[in-house]
Amino acid sequence: MTQWSGYFGLILQGALVTIELTLMGSVLALIMAFLAGMGRVSRFFALRWLATAYIEFFRGTSIFVQLFWAYFVLPFIGISLTPLQAGVLALGLNVGAYAAEVVRGAIQSIGREQYEACTALNLGRWQGMRHIILPQALLVMLPTFGNNAIELLKATAVVSLISLTDLTFQAQVVRAQTGNTLVPFTTILIIYFILALLISWGVRSLERRMARGLDGVRA
Amino acid sequence: MSASAPIIKIDSISKSFGSFKVLDGLSMQVMPGEKLALIGPSGSGKTTILRILMTLERIDGGHIQIDGEQLYHMERNGQLLPADERHLTRMRQKIGMVFQLFNLFPHKCVMDNVTLAPMLTKGTPRAAAEKRAMELLEMVGMADKAKNMPAQLSGGQKQRVAIARALALSPKIMLFDEVTSALDPELVEEVMNVMRKLAAETDMTMLLVTHEMGFAHDFADRVLFFDRGRIVEEGKPDEIFRNPKQERTQGFLKKIIAAGHRV
Repeated sequence: MTQWSGYFGLILQGALVTIELTLMGSVLALIMAFLAGMGRVSRFFALRWLATAYIEFFRGTSIFVQLFWAYFVLPFIGISLTPLQAGVLALGLNVGAYAAEVVRGAIQSIGREQYEACTALNLGRWQGMRHIILPQALLVMLPTFGNNAIELLKATAVVSLISLTDLTFQAQVVRAQTGNTLVPFTTILIIYFILALLISWGVRSLERRMARGLDGVRA
Repeated sequence: MSASAPIIKIDSISKSFGSFKVLDGLSMQVMPGEKLALIGPSGSGKTTILRILMTLERIDGGHIQIDGEQLYHMERNGQLLPADERHLTRMRQKIGMVFQLFNLFPHKCVMDNVTLAPMLTKGTPRAAAEKRAMELLEMVGMADKAKNMPAQLSGGQKQRVAIARALALSPKIMLFDEVTSALDPELVEEVMNVMRKLAAETDMTMLLVTHEMGFAHDFADRVLFFDRGRIVEEGKPDEIFRNPKQERTQGFLKKIIAAGHRV
């Protein structure tokens, strides 16, 4: 009879690493999304170009390759990252590229009349963006941000390939040591699912809170 | 500036949307404190004039002077250069606008809608901005709704808040673009009453684009009839509405009356 409790402890440790990666990756993704998304609607050509290049590159190449690049290739140019740093970097930049398009789309979905009200009230471009456009656009972004965060959570599994002890890595360890495939992989399947549910639920309640007393922002 | 100089001086401006020429060499002047009504068929260019004065549309040619200064040009060493954003920002302080569809900020309460711009653009402290906002909301009869969100207001109420919001920046010139067109008939009167009071009590210069001929008659010192981007006829309200000289003005007014609008 296998001593499962010890192995479950191992898997729970992996869950913590996965959660840590998801949180840190999401923060980086969010920062990149706003930088690149707003860069896409900038009036400066150079910023638009830079943002577009970033988005196309990170959407157009595999997260798997990006991760290997961050971990195995960057050291050749003198940048050595820990597995966690490499994982956060690859996940954040990759998902950030997708989310940047969400930011751009949401900003552009705000009606022209809101921009015109900003002009008529003599708000500067940045003032209008910060106080009028972005707060309304945020509500439009949220549901898709929820999607992106779940994508990021699931993508964290690739970091097991650079020996980061996340959920998937630990499940493989348990499988190697016990010879049992069903139990560890069913367990992490359920844990991933619960984590994704938590994200959905969190984003939805955030949406509800922000939508209170508001109309006209979302059709 | 002497009191007799025009506050708005439009000098042969033109504006096209694609191949459609909305304004073609239009010139007009407005004196300080004047209340002007711009009437005419749709597409005659009257709304475009307001949008150009608010810098929401650029002109293709010509010059505009506001309060003795060029709106779209800057004078540098005796030369006229295209205005930069800083110049436009300075010029916009003189002008306020109220829109057909109110354009309130839906995520801000009534009070914040009114105080936002003074606090951000003039650095007015919150307490002072809120005191002024309450006075203005009082004037438009919306003081008791200061904490409400725009979604909780009727169209007429939204428009009265929008008027207070524009007034909060104390512009010299106010532009009203079909401010009652989007309202249910029973709500039109409450907005008009606010504007009548405003016209009677302030010496602000006001330009009004409207399809309400009766309102234009009461509100304005001078009425301009537009057709195809030109002023066809202008004069005192009584002259234009009771005794129009131009055939096109007569035809337009006849059509408006036939459509059930009161004059």
